[in-house]
Amino acid sequence: MTTLTLSKALNAGLRRALENDPKVMIMGEDVGKLGGVFRVTDGLQKDFGEHRVVDTPLAESGIIGTAIGLALRGYRPVCEIQFDGFVFPATDQIISQLAKMRYRSRGKISLPVVIRIPFGGGIGAVEHHSESPEAIFAHTAGLRVVACADAADAYSMIQLAIASDDPVIFFEPKRRYWDKGEVDTAASPDAATPLDAARVVLPGTDVTLLTYGPLVRTCVEAAMAAAGDSRPRSIEVVDLRSLSPLDMATINESVKRTGRCVVAHEAPVYSGLGAEIAARVTESCFYHLESPVLRVGGFATPYPPSRLEEHYLPDLDRILDTVDRTFTF
Amino acid sequence: MPNIGTSNSETELVQLLTPEGERVEDPAYPLDDDVDIKAMYRDMVLVRRVDAEAIALQRQGELGLWASLLGQEAAQIGSGRALSPRDMAFPSYREHGVAWCRGLDPLRLLELFRGVSNGSWDPEEHKFHLYTIVIGDQTLHATGYAMGIRQDGSDDEAAIVYFGDGATSQGDVSEAFAWSSVFNAPVVFFCQNNQWAISAPQDRQSRVPLYQRASGFGFPGIRVDGNDVLACYAVTKKALAAAKDGQGPTLIEAYTYRMGAHTTTDDPTRYRLASDLETWRLRDPIERVRAYLARTGEADSEFFAAVDAEADELGKVVREGCRKLPDPAPLEIFEHVYADRNAIVSEEREQFASYLESFAGQEVAR
Repeated sequence: MTTLTLSKALNAGLRRALENDPKVMIMGEDVGKLGGVFRVTDGLQKDFGEHRVVDTPLAESGIIGTAIGLALRGYRPVCEIQFDGFVFPATDQIISQLAKMRYRSRGKISLPVVIRIPFGGGIGAVEHHSESPEAIFAHTAGLRVVACADAADAYSMIQLAIASDDPVIFFEPKRRYWDKGEVDTAASPDAATPLDAARVVLPGTDVTLLTYGPLVRTCVEAAMAAAGDSRPRSIEVVDLRSLSPLDMATINESVKRTGRCVVAHEAPVYSGLGAEIAARVTESCFYHLESPVLRVGGFATPYPPSRLEEHYLPDLDRILDTVDRTFTF
Repeated sequence: MPNIGTSNSETELVQLLTPEGERVEDPAYPLDDDVDIKAMYRDMVLVRRVDAEAIALQRQGELGLWASLLGQEAAQIGSGRALSPRDMAFPSYREHGVAWCRGLDPLRLLELFRGVSNGSWDPEEHKFHLYTIVIGDQTLHATGYAMGIRQDGSDDEAAIVYFGDGATSQGDVSEAFAWSSVFNAPVVFFCQNNQWAISAPQDRQSRVPLYQRASGFGFPGIRVDGNDVLACYAVTKKALAAAKDGQGPTLIEAYTYRMGAHTTTDDPTRYRLASDLETWRLRDPIERVRAYLARTGEADSEFFAAVDAEADELGKVVREGCRKLPDPAPLEIFEHVYADRNAIVSEEREQFASYLESFAGQEVAR
């Protein structure tokens, strides 16, 4: 076991993928010499060369469009989009081309492209650097969408994403890049939790709290606070990990046990992933539910200026407030 | 060593065969002795027949839509025949002539416009990528593919990508120009300037001739008579050789004219003059080759009659084949979304299968 930050764990996972498969490439803005603005690709160009770790022109559609061409040629490109808000120039290539090419070709084409996107707020950034666009991609058939939450998981998930023959949108919780965790860098990713499975990170009995990415830590902290409250509640925290497909088996099993369900994400609640989860949980767990599925998340507004983000982002108190509300029905 | 530069001819246009069928020499583009002009003629006649049949099939309700190549046969057959078997072509959605050169059964194209598939051919087998409908997207795919060729260390392959005058306004096309240039990718940009993006004329896309765009990105641009199959062949051949030789990309602007509607849903009488069409009819890409072959005695009336008979036969095969193309089974909706089993798609498939089965034995069941 090694203690690594989430950022370093991703770096170690990328390094291992580059070592194991000569067809793996890394491409993006500033990923080479600089090592990425968050240093996730630090040192990789030095060790694997400019042809495998490619500093690209500053054009997101170009990054994804050429990655598609490289994948058609047999490569496995891992693209970095520098910030969540910069993915939109590439959405045509992602949604119209990358996601659909297997389907259009009746399975003759595979595009094993990974798109890494640092997402979410909480770092006091300027506009367009704090967004959570995951629902747009989860709504697009043909893409797998995942979010890592801690160092150990990040290390194995990035390797599983690269090994996947489907395109994977890989969300990284940017405000957790510096969180440390124990990582077993000797372990094979095949022995890790599969890419499309959710994971119970904290068992509980009274309410199921579903979340992913940066809010996993917040939700665990909320659950621990609730356990020590004067009226203690036992909150089960589930890290969804895979946003498309959703691991409904794990979700339903938990909700049927607890009878209550709250979904927390930074993205706006309106038309967010929580809506999909609430509808599915209601259909599958109707007779087990003690209260409606509730959601807590960002507001139906653009992401606010950073001095206001602490109000916009669901924090421990707002999450617990929502948990409390499930006991009022 | 091939050197791609501007033409030595006095005009900006590379031309090797005049509209009257006169052979003209261009020292920058000498034609190989083994160029099979009769075969080019045959190809152009046959793809024009496929095109005419497809338009008729659309009118009869057998196809949902057709994008006609009428007038662009020389640009497509000339460039398509310049490709070597290992070169990879990335088409837009009107490249029926290039598809023909890549050995694709025309029925595979008709499938797409009939709505029974989104393109069912194997791109690797034919070295011909799927049709791309979103304008200009494929220029980046070709550029990435060409970067891969370079990374593989291969020097006998190149990529060629087809797009139109309208596509040059798309950001992706400019990005592809920039990327291919800085990575010195072995890719040929083949722009068929047919002068119309549905109803928008070329001067709505650019103030400068399109081939001049290339110089700003640092690679050569050439305008070729797009209705001259020999010139399109020679210019493409040279650009491909330069790409394989490590000289990077070339932009070829094949100056031609869309003689038909944008697609079968379009009505060009609303936005262009019949007299323009007459001007371009005199520059027909097939007639000039026929005139050349007849005058030089390279082909006799027997040859022309045989090609016409072959076109009749091909037309019949296309008509009958199209009508026989079966609708896919309903559950095929759920196939090939992901490489492996996907829980959500599988669940919906099972639910829909049960729904369909609930009609078993009833008239409405299909």
